[in-house]
Amino acid sequence: MAYAVAVREHFQHELEGLRGAGLFKEERYIHAPQGAEIDVEYPSGSATRHVVNLCANNYLGLSSHPEVIAAAHAGLDARGYGMSSVRFICGTQDIHRELERALTTFLGTEDTLLFPSCMDANAGVFEALVGEPDVLIADRLVHASIVDGMRLCKAQQDTFKHSDMGHLEEKLQEHQDKRIRMVITDGVFSMDGDLAKLDEIVTLAERYDAMVFVDDSHATGFLGRTGRGTHEQKGVFGRIDIITTTLGKALGGASGGCVSGRAELVAMCRQRARPYLFSNTVPPVIVAAALKVLDLIGRTTERRDKLEWNTAYWRKLLTEAGFDVKPGESPIVPVMLYNAKLAQDVARDLFDEGIYVVGFFFPVVPKGQARIRTQLSAAHEKHQLDRAIEAFVKVGRKYDILGKGKKEIIEQYGL
Amino acid sequence: MDDLKRVIRDYVVKEYLEEGDDREVTETTPLITGGIVDSFSMVSLKRFLERKYSIRIPDAEATPAAFDTVQNIAELVARVQAGAGRA
Repeated sequence: MAYAVAVREHFQHELEGLRGAGLFKEERYIHAPQGAEIDVEYPSGSATRHVVNLCANNYLGLSSHPEVIAAAHAGLDARGYGMSSVRFICGTQDIHRELERALTTFLGTEDTLLFPSCMDANAGVFEALVGEPDVLIADRLVHASIVDGMRLCKAQQDTFKHSDMGHLEEKLQEHQDKRIRMVITDGVFSMDGDLAKLDEIVTLAERYDAMVFVDDSHATGFLGRTGRGTHEQKGVFGRIDIITTTLGKALGGASGGCVSGRAELVAMCRQRARPYLFSNTVPPVIVAAALKVLDLIGRTTERRDKLEWNTAYWRKLLTEAGFDVKPGESPIVPVMLYNAKLAQDVARDLFDEGIYVVGFFFPVVPKGQARIRTQLSAAHEKHQLDRAIEAFVKVGRKYDILGKGKKEIIEQYGL
Repeated sequence: MDDLKRVIRDYVVKEYLEEGDDREVTETTPLITGGIVDSFSMVSLKRFLERKYSIRIPDAEATPAAFDTVQNIAELVARVQAGAGRA
């Protein structure tokens, strides 16, 4: 037996360390399809609680939409359950290519390649495209999957201060000697909910001969007038060289992601991106459902319009109640609490009041920036948001944080 | 604070502190464990030092601990410079 006692103890010690540091993650078991209200078993073994869900990436409320479910059933019947293959051996069906074409049209690019997830897309795209003579210049708050993907390639790496265009310009000037410069950003930053200044980034990139890469996972399907994403919102639709995004959030929420962009770049990924080459094809059932999602959101902007209304309404409720809310225009609405324990306590009390939210703290967000991240959905109805704000106010009063800003909350609870 | 440390400190303040962040950075301020510099953005500091002092810091030496304070970084630069001198 190779799993010696000392090895077991080593891992037990590591796990205890995580518990002791308050970093141990626990799953909560949901006894329902994903939706605006769900039944949650937490802690494990306890009776389920019916709660309003304010922490899903179900932005368009399509995760359990009847037409999407019907399309998934039809896809299952028509194309089967699994493909038992990677794409390039015998794992590509007609509907995979159909979905890639539909995403290309939707995102305003030249071509698209599906990946098992956007995490995989980000893990594979850089190694497929750039090498030692090149440089990747990333916003410091990009998603962890981009950081991992950058580390997997041999290109030189640099970063710029979050959304600081002056700093980005300095970096672009510094790296004029490189073969390829690529500016890398999220479209919507997942923890703060703020938008990349894509219009300014594109202008700088054109001035300094750099490509632009955007992970638009928290925007595809709803940001912009017709929901195409951050590039539509910022007036640079059709001018982004590489977009990675996910089917796992607004677009049905199951799984799957893609690299979409300039034809040659996508073709290079089809030849070289390791997560595409070495993991199974996206299951037909997901492809069929995703095609239906694109059909639904292509027919009407009703869902993204409702999400926009819900977001504005929820922001107004929180602000009027006296919470310290990060300003922004995306459906990610962070309620700032600064202190990690306070964020956990408030989240727990809100759950007891029937509202499901999660507290985030270091290392997921910078030290002293603990918060509760609320996320809106087109599936939310006004009465659910009204119920949620009642609970927020009750808990806010308990901790005496209403009407207080950063300085006062930190004075009260410390960092 | 000697010249080497001052150059490093000034670079850290300019490169890593956001506008409006008035935290004081001294020789012993924890940079990485203190959340001022993360391992993702540390690479620009390494490249700055290599260019400024015409040295090559081996990846094995560019650890978070070695980059955690201005003092540690200055010691690392001095150590690499001395090593290069011997070679």
